[in-house]
Amino acid sequence: MKKNENMAWRFFASVRLALFALLILATTSIIGTLIPQKNPPEFYVDAFGPRTAQFFQMLDVPDMYNSWWFLSLLLLFSINLIVCTIDRLPNVWQMVVMNNLDTDLARLEKMPNSKVFHASGDAESLTGVVTTLLAKKGWKAQHEKKPSGTLLFSQKTAWSRLGVYSVHLSILLIFAGAIIGSLFGFKAGVMIPEGGVSDTVYETGSGKPIPLGFSVQCDDFNLSFYADGSTPKEFRSDLTVRDDTANNTFSRSIIVNDPMDYKGITFYQSSYEPMQGFNISITNKATNVRQNFQIPFGQKTHWPETDIDFGVINQQVRSRMGDVASLKVWFSDGQDEPNVFWMDNNAIQAITTPTATYEFQASQVYATGLQVAKDPGVWTVYAGCTLMLIGLYVAFFLSHRRVWVYIVREENEDRCRILVCGATSKNKIAFEKEFAALVECFTHDSTFQNA
Amino acid sequence: MNSSQLLGITTFAYLFSAILYIAIFVFRAKKLGLFATVLTIGAFLVNSAGIGMRWYESHQMGIGYAPLSNMYESLVFFAWAIALCYLGLELKYKNRVLGAFSMPFAALAMTMAGLKNPDIKPLIPALQSNWLIAHVITCFIGYAAFAVACGMGMMYLLKERQANTAPNSLLASLPELKLIDDIVHKTILFGFLWLSAGIITGAVWANSAWGTYWSWDPKETWSLITWFVYAATLHARFTRGWGGRRIAWLAIIGFFSVIFTYYGVNYLLSGLHSYGGG
Repeated sequence: MKKNENMAWRFFASVRLALFALLILATTSIIGTLIPQKNPPEFYVDAFGPRTAQFFQMLDVPDMYNSWWFLSLLLLFSINLIVCTIDRLPNVWQMVVMNNLDTDLARLEKMPNSKVFHASGDAESLTGVVTTLLAKKGWKAQHEKKPSGTLLFSQKTAWSRLGVYSVHLSILLIFAGAIIGSLFGFKAGVMIPEGGVSDTVYETGSGKPIPLGFSVQCDDFNLSFYADGSTPKEFRSDLTVRDDTANNTFSRSIIVNDPMDYKGITFYQSSYEPMQGFNISITNKATNVRQNFQIPFGQKTHWPETDIDFGVINQQVRSRMGDVASLKVWFSDGQDEPNVFWMDNNAIQAITTPTATYEFQASQVYATGLQVAKDPGVWTVYAGCTLMLIGLYVAFFLSHRRVWVYIVREENEDRCRILVCGATSKNKIAFEKEFAALVECFTHDSTFQNA
Repeated sequence: MNSSQLLGITTFAYLFSAILYIAIFVFRAKKLGLFATVLTIGAFLVNSAGIGMRWYESHQMGIGYAPLSNMYESLVFFAWAIALCYLGLELKYKNRVLGAFSMPFAALAMTMAGLKNPDIKPLIPALQSNWLIAHVITCFIGYAAFAVACGMGMMYLLKERQANTAPNSLLASLPELKLIDDIVHKTILFGFLWLSAGIITGAVWANSAWGTYWSWDPKETWSLITWFVYAATLHARFTRGWGGRRIAWLAIIGFFSVIFTYYGVNYLLSGLHSYGGG
């Protein structure tokens, strides 16, 4: 039993499994980039035939990144990360905190980088000289008296050994954030016509209504184009939030890349829909009386208590979506022949009749499409991302470098043998250079030349 | 001098630089060395000026934006990043033969850019974000490092073949296998850090634009596949002691994944990144 446990543990801790998980995740991920995801079942029947489509449904290929088997692979990957970390971290931690002055003296002679010097004098005064030399190259040394001599030790960035484990932890943090988001958050959308209010949004995919606990009104939606007339420049929604429970009302404009956040729920400008209707505003220039209307296309509207009738009788659209570029207006104040004219959408047209002048403003009614998301896990994900970048930098570019100097009084001679040696956790070539520079420093010092 | 002219000059200068480095390698024409380096630095400066000029021109047109928003601009920046990575390597290793395996990538990127539409077009709302700059710069520094790693991998395989056959062929001028192996490894490490940063900045941007930091769109997925490939490479090296030929091959395979992420996805698959095409 003990042996079986051990084997299972070794299996989950193995790098072999990590390599397998990485490569199988890479390979299977390709499937979802080739076969379009999250389409209705009919799509797959049309595109691949009924038998293949049935096979796809069986393996959840149409939503493979949420399928049981893909999530199992991610779980396997996570277990591998956790077990491997638990397995190795204690030893690595030991390396970080260990007392290197206890190092077995015999091992020093076998270090990958070493150099022997001789110098006259006693070990004590030489210890001082060596400490200063080491400090010159940025090595802060400690020393300890041994039965046979004095051992000095210095190290740089011992904690860099933990870099790789913080990368592993960062991946787990990102997964944890994703799980928090899917358990306690939602992705939804809502379409609100100008002037409309909604206190409910609809979950993406299922369409399940989600009450917000407050209401959002779309005061205005504005679509602007660049000078070429066809490239959209800005989609802007002016929103008003009313929260009766908190006695709070505020207005805010959102554009793409600049969402609105309220009570952990974020509203993103995501789409729009042109409607068959217009917001009309008419001002009588003589009396300065102004009236707003929202009228459907192709219907005569009367301004109550006046003789004015008007309507939109034709329109030119800019795109297949039905954005109106210009509209044809019919206007009469009962005095003369009616005025009929084309005007641009969102423009103001002056109308002159025998008895009065008016300002006629027209803009197409839009509904704004908002993406609404609540994701309490996002900061965990971002913390994971930050940790990953720091961890990668530490794991790749910093190394744990150690230098020992062992000073021994030679028998029957008035001099000491000085062993300088060192080792690095990685990047051996760079350490060789650093070590050579240190040795150079010793070589040039007069203390080590006269013996 | 406008940006198109500057970038046209850049294309020819990188081509010339690549030819010079190859000549240094093939004909052992060491005398050309300094000239090749000066030319490459000059080309890199003209490339930088071209990008700067394009930025300025977009502002003159009243639609100012960082020129990193479409296939043409990304190829120009890719070439810039490759040249920068290579010059860094040359400075560090003092070996110009490396240029014969790096600068052709820069020349190729600029040549491909020449086939794209260079019109300065205003940014659609989705791209109007400062994350665009962070995202594109981080990704392409990573891609450039992987391009150089791929070149070094090819150099390794070439040198290794020589070691088995004729000991005195022209390949003798290549650095020692051990050194090439180290360069391949270091450029992959460098690229991996930047690719990770590129994926992360992309995720943060997606979250601020759409409310989802990850949606398994083909571009995102392929960037992750590339990440997995290099992550596996690094684990094979760090913990299983892989090196030499196997890592050289993985550097080449990894770069294919990069190219597919960058280029293939835009033309062969559909998704959120459609504006990267054209």
